[in-house]
Amino acid sequence: MTKTAGNSVVKIDTTGILYKELNARLREIASDSVEKVELYNVCGQRYIGTDLNRPIQIDIYGTPGNDLGAFMNGPKIVVHGNAQDGCGNTMNEGEIIVHGHAGDVLGLSARGGKIFVRDYVGYRAGIHMKEYKEKKPTLVIGGTAQDFAGEYMAGGVLVLLGLNLAEGEKHKAKYIGTGMHGGVIYLRGEVEKYQLGPEVGVAELDEKDNQVLRTLVGEFAGHFGYPADKILNHKFMKLYPRFLRPYGRLYAY
Amino acid sequence: MEDLQKINNPYGADKVIDSCSIFGMMDTSGRRFSGEDITKAIANMHFRGNGLGGGLAVYGIYPDYADHYAFHIMYLSPQGQQQTEAFLKDKFYMVKAEEVPMRPIPAIVNPPAVWRYFLDVKQDRRGAESADDYVVERVMDINTKLKDSFVFSSGKNMGVFKGVGYPEEISEYFRLEEYEGYLWTAHGRFPTNTPGWWGGAHPFSILDWTVVHNGEISSYGINRRYLEQFGYQCTMQTDTEVVAYAIDLLIRRHNLPIEIAAEVLAAPFWSDIERMPPKEQKLARTLRQVYPGLLLNGPFTIIIAHNGEMIGLTDRIRLRPLTVGVNGNMIYLSSEEAAIRLISPELDAAWIPSGGEPIIGRLGVQLKPEPSVVSGARL
Repeated sequence: MTKTAGNSVVKIDTTGILYKELNARLREIASDSVEKVELYNVCGQRYIGTDLNRPIQIDIYGTPGNDLGAFMNGPKIVVHGNAQDGCGNTMNEGEIIVHGHAGDVLGLSARGGKIFVRDYVGYRAGIHMKEYKEKKPTLVIGGTAQDFAGEYMAGGVLVLLGLNLAEGEKHKAKYIGTGMHGGVIYLRGEVEKYQLGPEVGVAELDEKDNQVLRTLVGEFAGHFGYPADKILNHKFMKLYPRFLRPYGRLYAY
Repeated sequence: MEDLQKINNPYGADKVIDSCSIFGMMDTSGRRFSGEDITKAIANMHFRGNGLGGGLAVYGIYPDYADHYAFHIMYLSPQGQQQTEAFLKDKFYMVKAEEVPMRPIPAIVNPPAVWRYFLDVKQDRRGAESADDYVVERVMDINTKLKDSFVFSSGKNMGVFKGVGYPEEISEYFRLEEYEGYLWTAHGRFPTNTPGWWGGAHPFSILDWTVVHNGEISSYGINRRYLEQFGYQCTMQTDTEVVAYAIDLLIRRHNLPIEIAAEVLAAPFWSDIERMPPKEQKLARTLRQVYPGLLLNGPFTIIIAHNGEMIGLTDRIRLRPLTVGVNGNMIYLSSEEAAIRLISPELDAAWIPSGGEPIIGRLGVQLKPEPSVVSGARL
């Protein structure tokens, strides 16, 4: 590992470095006054950004491994490539920006922070995200999601933009919001009723929703160089949980 | 085999649950390449396994004996070997017999003797049966009736190498950098229910079919009993074994195309079938009604291979990962994209297919991704 820049930027060639060693090094770096870390040739190292508790920027070139930013609390991670499964697992604060697609269970159990994915995501994006007071995890997905997006969602905001769909083409994801009992999904484009979980209600966006959406789409467009107006100038659906305790009486008799 | 059962599975556990790494790569032009790249790729997913099973399959490996059945057999005792070799000589013409070359390494402990045989079926022994059926039955005979002997590879111009260890260690042990093939698959194992043993490592194989699997086939009991009706005996205490036999039954014996076989294993849900157009619906209903015993339930990602083809398939709700990479004639299937990028940093496309959708690599056919998964923003 080499330190080639001044005090504030650290560059690391991660070739052949195991994940434990890399994350230990990141912890060490984060405890200094470094502002930015650039990781090159990343190839499958897991948990990058875990256990970091301050806003440091980590740029990743290559393909980071599973559970990128797991339990992360503050850093901003920019992935110049695709993310694998479990990106943002239980993250508490910070930002992950993926210039590509992300795998399964994006943002699972997240408690805060924001994740922006330029392209599509795999299964179960946003599964069991939760929120408490000002802590509100947010996922903005540029493309489509595969099945079970927002499954068991207990809080937070999931925005699905469907930018890879042709005009008039519907989202393909099924079981959207199955078991959802908190939070909200904003979906650009259309889905059939059967694609939604039975716990999901459909509504028009009100002014408060539009305000949230404008802010998030603005940030998304800024990250990836898209025109925000063009994205916003389209029909959106609001998906919300019809019940806060859908299974409250399941075992009660 | 009966002794092995006692040693390796003292509690008679029905199956082993896996959570593994899998990788497959093929050159659709038929160009043969060594085992070096796939060993690097599977080693990059080292932490998905736990060292209790690793293995690789390779196609196009024995061009000089391409028309002979190549048996790879593990022996736990010299008596087992004597008995099995006598059996082989009785049932087959033995064209060549040799110990599989290996290099001793510290990581591989207590290996069985591993031999390979190039065999021709004795016509007078075979009778009216097809040569393939005859071979399947003899493999079952050896695995269930002969002591301390275990056939783990029995196809033509292909071979399986497997054992207890990490896959990169198995590759080093069997000197796989010295072999060349146009299609390789690999597996790193994480067994959690019964001790890992040499026969329980992946790939599982019958004739030239091989399967590597990440997941857990919860329908194992139903699948096994269904397959027993067709003469397949499950002896390896690992759920993946049923997939190899199911594929042999569906494709070789029932002559179904691979796309249809995939629909049997990962059948669409009834609710999805109801929304299909009438013709498709009829087919889907028929398949579910004819082959209910071959529906694979539970989480799985599998890579199936045979001469000329490699197929990636996940369960219908994709409870295990699969990424596809394409670079010119090369097709890659992997549990993780990083493993593909390690050996092929530049790809024409890398994508994550939907659950239950088979990805089929064929000799002579370049794989093209579906536009929906690779298209960027349409603004």
